[in-house]
Amino acid sequence: MLAAVDPSIVVLSAITVLATIFMGFWASRKSKSAADFFVAGRGVSVGWNASAISGEYLSAASFMGVAGMVMSSGYDALWYPVCYACGYLFLLLFIAGPLRRFGAYTIPDFAEGRYDSPLFRKIAVIFVLFIGIFYTMPQMKGAGTTLAYIFEGLPYWVGVVLVGAVITFNVALGGMKGITMVQAFQYWLKMFAISVPVFVLVLVYGSYGKQLQVQGESGAEKVVAALDADPELARRIQPAVGGGRRVQLGATPGGALNTSAQFLLSSYDALVPREITPWRQTFTSPTSETTMMVMPVPFMIYQSATGRRTFWDTTLASLPAFPIDMRYTTNTPDAEIVSRLEKALLQNHITLVAGPKNSTIALSTADAERLIAAPNGSVLRAPLPAKAAADATWLNPFGPLTSKAAKAAKIEGEAARPYALLYTYSLIIALVCGTAGLPHILVRFYTNPDGAAAKRTTMWVMILIGIFYVFPPVFGVLGRNLMPDLYTGLTGVKGTDAVVLKLPTILKARYGVLGSVLSGIACAGAFAAFMSTFSGLLVSMTGALAHDVYGRILYPKSTATERMQMFKWCAMVVGGVAVLFGCFVEKLEINFMVGQAFAIAAASYFPLLFMSVWWRGMTMMGAAVGMLTGGICSLIAVALTNASSLATDPGAMGRLFAGFKPLNAFWANHPLLRILCEQPAIWCVPLAILLMVVISKLTRAAVPADIRMKMLVLHAPEQLGLKQDYIKEHEGQLH
Amino acid sequence: MNSREPQSAEHLHSEAFLRQLMRRQLRLSIACAAAFLCALLGLPLLNYFAPELMSGRVGGFTLTWLLLGVLFFPFVWLIAWVFIRRSIALENAEVTAVQAQKSNSRPQP
Repeated sequence: MLAAVDPSIVVLSAITVLATIFMGFWASRKSKSAADFFVAGRGVSVGWNASAISGEYLSAASFMGVAGMVMSSGYDALWYPVCYACGYLFLLLFIAGPLRRFGAYTIPDFAEGRYDSPLFRKIAVIFVLFIGIFYTMPQMKGAGTTLAYIFEGLPYWVGVVLVGAVITFNVALGGMKGITMVQAFQYWLKMFAISVPVFVLVLVYGSYGKQLQVQGESGAEKVVAALDADPELARRIQPAVGGGRRVQLGATPGGALNTSAQFLLSSYDALVPREITPWRQTFTSPTSETTMMVMPVPFMIYQSATGRRTFWDTTLASLPAFPIDMRYTTNTPDAEIVSRLEKALLQNHITLVAGPKNSTIALSTADAERLIAAPNGSVLRAPLPAKAAADATWLNPFGPLTSKAAKAAKIEGEAARPYALLYTYSLIIALVCGTAGLPHILVRFYTNPDGAAAKRTTMWVMILIGIFYVFPPVFGVLGRNLMPDLYTGLTGVKGTDAVVLKLPTILKARYGVLGSVLSGIACAGAFAAFMSTFSGLLVSMTGALAHDVYGRILYPKSTATERMQMFKWCAMVVGGVAVLFGCFVEKLEINFMVGQAFAIAAASYFPLLFMSVWWRGMTMMGAAVGMLTGGICSLIAVALTNASSLATDPGAMGRLFAGFKPLNAFWANHPLLRILCEQPAIWCVPLAILLMVVISKLTRAAVPADIRMKMLVLHAPEQLGLKQDYIKEHEGQLH
Repeated sequence: MNSREPQSAEHLHSEAFLRQLMRRQLRLSIACAAAFLCALLGLPLLNYFAPELMSGRVGGFTLTWLLLGVLFFPFVWLIAWVFIRRSIALENAEVTAVQAQKSNSRPQP
């Protein structure tokens, strides 16, 4: 079952996991107490701190999901990396400095301090758990996908359970606290792991711009232009109709088919399973008595069912007919048939290039390389399967991602564009506002010495993650051109979410072990990504559960040791729940799920922070009602969308969520409602803010008495020493 | 010493001081946010109303891909840099102003 494990990939991944666990334990032994974690961290320089925040922020969604989504959806998916990075600008402009001055460590701390209300703290804590769970699901999907890739044949859920268990125990035993140095190391590891494979791939296969150039009609035209520039090559290229390449079939085990049987390699077509089935029947060998079937693969794959034309380099005809191992049974997976055929093409130095007007050009690899090197910069491009979005919709705005709801309602073309525009805006609002509300990120701002340093740190975070986010879309574009078979599967190793891990292996054909090493580096980065984010979330959620829910709400009289004990149990519970949910989401795209977690954060925490910092008229009642309504509305909306899309799954998930199936018919009739549920930020964020304003006005009397002092602490520079006055005043109240 | 402390503290804690403090910072934040939002919310509109222009090719990229996938990041860094410079300068000015007030309120011999 676990065949073909690549040693370099396993070794590099194992080193990352062990190094992370070791560093976590080593560093947390050095800084034992919570006070150490926060206060000693205050000495941390802007550079270290910015690396650490970036390290914690860049999750499986950034590392794997963005590339996968750009590959599957094209331009529209670019909003994700851009807004992930630009969300920090909102944080910088409105929240980072004041919040640091206020000196609360977490959002619940802030909620309590700003409104002098322990009750509000409890309400705020609940959302740490909601957002956290939604954010761990995509991390788990990343873990399952990566392990299923490294150990071919391993079921998705085994990877989720394995990684989830390792990290949970690690957190429960006290490793992986948010230690600055470990997180900073994780950032640089991820940066290295994403950029090095991209640089190598781009050097070999052509630049980012060249890769994009071949998208769309003009891209195919470029192949023609390249052929025009090389008249000798162009003369040799002829339509392979009625006289193509002959492929010799190997013998079947029972000798069912004569080895001298030869078939014509005719037009190349999409590698789609449904097109394979009829050929299986047609070509059953007459002499075969059992289930053994003879599969003339080239015919099967290269049939010209959809009118795709194949052009053939006539020099290839001078090659001797090449044999392909044709021993297949009815149970042989299509993927294996395809991979055997590809291997045979590779061994015989034949490369397939997408040509103009739905055509494929079969060239000798040497000629294909001359095409790459052509002065006007064409790039090799494998033909796209039918499942992939067409060039025009992929390359341009308002493509498959944003117009999905309209398409389900049979609204196409011009009429679908307003829906797509609405989707785009709602997505932007969710991502930009949601960044400010992630529970595990704000904590890090308190390791800055003062508000000015908090602002500088935020700017460096934007630069560090901005540079990082240029790379995943390049992976997506390269993947579309070079590894389009990823489009045919949506899950595990076959889906586009695996493109970052899998793409470097195409270098194996030319450079041998380099491809494996680069793929191993990418896997190491993926481990760093989901381990750091999952650990950070687990620590935040467990802390909320153990200290707030258990320690303050359920058993306020519990001792410190009891709470420490509880922390371990809570870690197990939260980790278990995260693993459980993670097993359900194999069919959902990583990045899509993270976007939803952002939408919940955007409608709950962001309005709370933004309004509390800048409007002194806010009351606890207003803040609580606005935050709860906004957050719960978006939570329900995204949960409904996910349940309805899981209901369409043909497998076990579909049966589990079958009750939500009628919802899909409803969505098809109401595309607008579908968009508002899938991307709820556009109505949930304003709703939350509106409720905050209205309710605060109604309960005006409840504005904290020392509001002016609180505002001064939030906004006045530290040098004025107002913080000390505030603390003195509060101590006065306490005694 | 004692004679001037309450006076400056009074100023610090006055309504006018807080209002001025918040208004200055907020004005700067809103100006920067406006520049950012113009670009962020304007790009989908450009895509919507001028698709031919935005799908024009620049060095292989479509114009809109180049703007969003590459150039947007440095643009945001620029806004962040301007904001931080101005914002820290503003804070320093406030501190200087308060300290100047302190020394002005020092009793003249």
